[in-house]
Amino acid sequence: MTASDEPSDRPLLEVRNLRIEFPTRRGTLVAVDDISFAIAPGEVLGVVGESGAGKSLTGAAIIGLLEPPGRIGAGEILLEGERIDKLPYEELRKIRGKRIGTIFQDPLTSLNPLYTVGEQLIETIRTHLPLGETEARARAVNLLEEVGIPAADERIDHYPHQFSGGMRQRVVIALALCAEPRMVVADEPTTALDVSIQAQIISLIKRLCRENGTAVMLVTHDMGVIAETADRVAVMYAGRIAEIGPVTEVVKHAKHPYTHGLMGSIPAIGHDVDALTQIDGSMPRLNEIPTGCAFNPRCPKAFDRCRVERPSLMPAGRSSVACWLYEDEAKEAAHGG
Amino acid sequence: MAEATIAAEKPAEAGNGNDMLLEVDGLVRHFDVSPPFLNRVLERTGRRIVRAVEGVSFSIRRGETFSLVGESGCGKSTVARLVVGLYPPSAGTLQFEGVDISSPRARRENPTIQSRMQMIFQDPYASLNPRWRVADIVAEPIRVHRKGVSRTDVLARVGELLRQVGLSASDGEKFPHEFSGGQRQRISIARALAGEPEFLVCDEPTSALDVSVQAQILNLMKRLQKRLGLTYLFISHDLAVVYHVSTIVGVMYLGRLVEWGPTKELFGAPRHPYTRMLLDAIPDLEMSGRARIPVAGEVPSPIDPPPGCAFHPRCPLASDRCRQEVPKAVGSATAAVACHAVEEGRLPPWHGA
Amino acid sequence: MSDTTSRISDNIDRFFDSDVWWSFKSSKVTIGAAIVTVLIIITAIFAHWVAPQNPFDPAQLDLLDSSLPPVWYADGTWKYMLGTDDQGRDILSALLYGSRISLMVGGASVVAAALIGVTLGLLAGYLGGSVDSLIMRVADVQMSFPAILVALLIDGVARGLLPNERHDELAIWVLIIAISLSTWVPFARTVRGSTMVEKNREYVQAARVIGRRPVAIMLHHVLPNVMGPVLVIATIGLATAILTEAALSFLGVGVPPTSPSLGTLIQIGNNFLFSGEWWMVVFPGIQLAVLVLAVNLLGDWLRDALNPKLR
Repeated sequence: MTASDEPSDRPLLEVRNLRIEFPTRRGTLVAVDDISFAIAPGEVLGVVGESGAGKSLTGAAIIGLLEPPGRIGAGEILLEGERIDKLPYEELRKIRGKRIGTIFQDPLTSLNPLYTVGEQLIETIRTHLPLGETEARARAVNLLEEVGIPAADERIDHYPHQFSGGMRQRVVIALALCAEPRMVVADEPTTALDVSIQAQIISLIKRLCRENGTAVMLVTHDMGVIAETADRVAVMYAGRIAEIGPVTEVVKHAKHPYTHGLMGSIPAIGHDVDALTQIDGSMPRLNEIPTGCAFNPRCPKAFDRCRVERPSLMPAGRSSVACWLYEDEAKEAAHGG
Repeated sequence: MAEATIAAEKPAEAGNGNDMLLEVDGLVRHFDVSPPFLNRVLERTGRRIVRAVEGVSFSIRRGETFSLVGESGCGKSTVARLVVGLYPPSAGTLQFEGVDISSPRARRENPTIQSRMQMIFQDPYASLNPRWRVADIVAEPIRVHRKGVSRTDVLARVGELLRQVGLSASDGEKFPHEFSGGQRQRISIARALAGEPEFLVCDEPTSALDVSVQAQILNLMKRLQKRLGLTYLFISHDLAVVYHVSTIVGVMYLGRLVEWGPTKELFGAPRHPYTRMLLDAIPDLEMSGRARIPVAGEVPSPIDPPPGCAFHPRCPLASDRCRQEVPKAVGSATAAVACHAVEEGRLPPWHGA
Repeated sequence: MSDTTSRISDNIDRFFDSDVWWSFKSSKVTIGAAIVTVLIIITAIFAHWVAPQNPFDPAQLDLLDSSLPPVWYADGTWKYMLGTDDQGRDILSALLYGSRISLMVGGASVVAAALIGVTLGLLAGYLGGSVDSLIMRVADVQMSFPAILVALLIDGVARGLLPNERHDELAIWVLIIAISLSTWVPFARTVRGSTMVEKNREYVQAARVIGRRPVAIMLHHVLPNVMGPVLVIATIGLATAILTEAALSFLGVGVPPTSPSLGTLIQIGNNFLFSGEWWMVVFPGIQLAVLVLAVNLLGDWLRDALNPKLR
């Protein structure tokens, strides 16, 4: 709330013209193509898109965990004004626990099955904070209590497999927050969980980040989760940002034809329709991205220019949209303001 | 055996008035996940039985969509597999148009019934044989059930089926890996329709798909249901999808149906505390800012379910009776709820959606 | 007709566009190994055209040319490039004919072993339960006998049962049975493992719902999807089978000296090693080593190329 009202002059994280590519034997595939966005301190930015839209890759690039052969082809990533995309592995690793925490989809892969939860928490805390063994343990117990694990002082000595899926994801959240990072990258944190657990985890992430003023980049395919959690949303399509803006604006008054179709295709309880709005076709494969706007073959409103020239993000209302339909509006706004 | 003789008399009755296509009564399925005998002796442990389905009864009317909804591990997928005969039930009966098909033997004796039901699976990447061409995949039910059809006729029918699900006839020459997830699910549907079934069991057919593709598949399934007069058993964990497609909804928790009823009634005025909890947990797209009651606890293991009502450890209304006695479903065949609190009138009014 | 031909050409196009072909083209060692293997196989198959003489035709042998050294020695001649043995046989020709027998025995035993192993593995993996236990216990017992012991046993039994004059003509079959009986287990184990994974995949469940019989499902659905590892084991198994055949022939339970394999040649040559006529043993030895190495390299490449993790 407070964060989105008055963004501070320097964003916490800034991504400029990021391009992620995969060299293959049939040429270089561009998975993320020239995207830019910023996250203010304490802000929750949701990144939505369908599988293959490049949202997870963007998250991985920020924390420096792009899997080879994927690589950053162009652009820069700045954390508190400092470039982090060209850092050597060791320094990046330090940033990754201390200043950026990470939460992944599958809690099992983020926890080492051979160590107790406590050992992993204490090790991470002591790597990043100047604390002794007992102080670190006390902090670990505190953290586990904070993320809602009952009997934390006892459970701290248990192994990951002794926790249920939802509890494990809580441990992962504790692990991500233990060095008090300024920012958390959460990649599909609730996708592997049941609906009732999902709601618990979402409200937990929201509460913790509000209390600590931590910024969150929340990567998910679930519009519902975004609507509940995020301050702003970036909608990705075929490696590009189609639309970015305040969550109420994007969810209720979607501007880009893709976002519009996407919102209409979500079934809702109490919303009686015979057929859902559907966007025909599917997202193009990386080697078949059309020229011009990547969405043009599926777009009901496409015109000649969309097939030739790629639109960049232009202001429209309180959002920014990469769509030629809004060019006039953007120009007027520029002249008027 | 006794059931078989009774069943033999039933079809006449089924013809006039009784339009129940599938009737499931007291269905039970346990899985033995015990370690091998020697380990059990050495480690002094007993058998470990997963009680996946623990007495489920429902019936599906011709042309309707019956949905089973619940969280992972509640047994809904097992019910689907019991219905199509992938597992034999441990107890209980299954009747298709009044004919008993509970045992594998009964199924073998009624091959026409098996050919009238088909299944659509969850994972479009695993449900098509990667080494087969799409035309062969779609043609498989035709070749199995309608022997002696000429090759050209089969190919013509395959082309027709592919067009029916929104693909082109020439796609038959390709292999599954050349298609996206949504297109593969269309191929799955074409294969399911190839044997001209009346009854389709759909096990989470859209949960592996993106929302925009999910909309395409749901629309397609609805269109096909209307055109071909299909009956669906629809399995899903997504309440919004279930609301969109179903006529009747059954809510499962730890192997039991806790509440069922016509879709609008169930979602408009849910009675079982678990149904209410599920509805409350859905993220709010309307952003009305309604405060959600966070639900505590998780689904217990079906190996060692709690005594009494299985939901009692998470239920805000649990009483001593709930902890001891399994509640019976109270209501009619079309709408019922299995909850002591409802029975005793202790249920607070629903806040409404 | 045109339909099938277009399908075949389509399949060929698919192969040359595939990752397997790509990984083949980008590995020099593999290309080398393939060239060597193909060369040995072709010269072996067409030995009666390629070889300078037929070493088994007594009319072509000249005792006056016996025990000649290779060509680079003073008394060597171009007629016998790699020298001759004590009966005037051209070593090069004997080597080509010997490779033919080695490859035939090796190939036939691998095919037989694969047939046994794949069938039993499919049954064990798909049916499970007591069938599985029985087959896998038999496999365990089989694995505890060395191949040579099995071969000696079968050879002994065969010799006891069959009349003396038929020993030589049946020797090759005894060898093939012995080798295949001692090498089917890896096929069975691998196929069983893959089958157990595949049978729970949804496409197999779909086939069951369609109403296909278990045998049809095993043959048409499961089998094509477990053949990748079988191909790898078969390739490496070919190398092993050729070596086993050589060892058995060296020990004298293999093919008869009248139609010598590489192993037999090495055994014969071994007798002359200490009299200075080293070429009789060294050249067959080199041929055997090169063949086995090349086939093994091909097998290693195939394993990597078919590994889905690396694709």
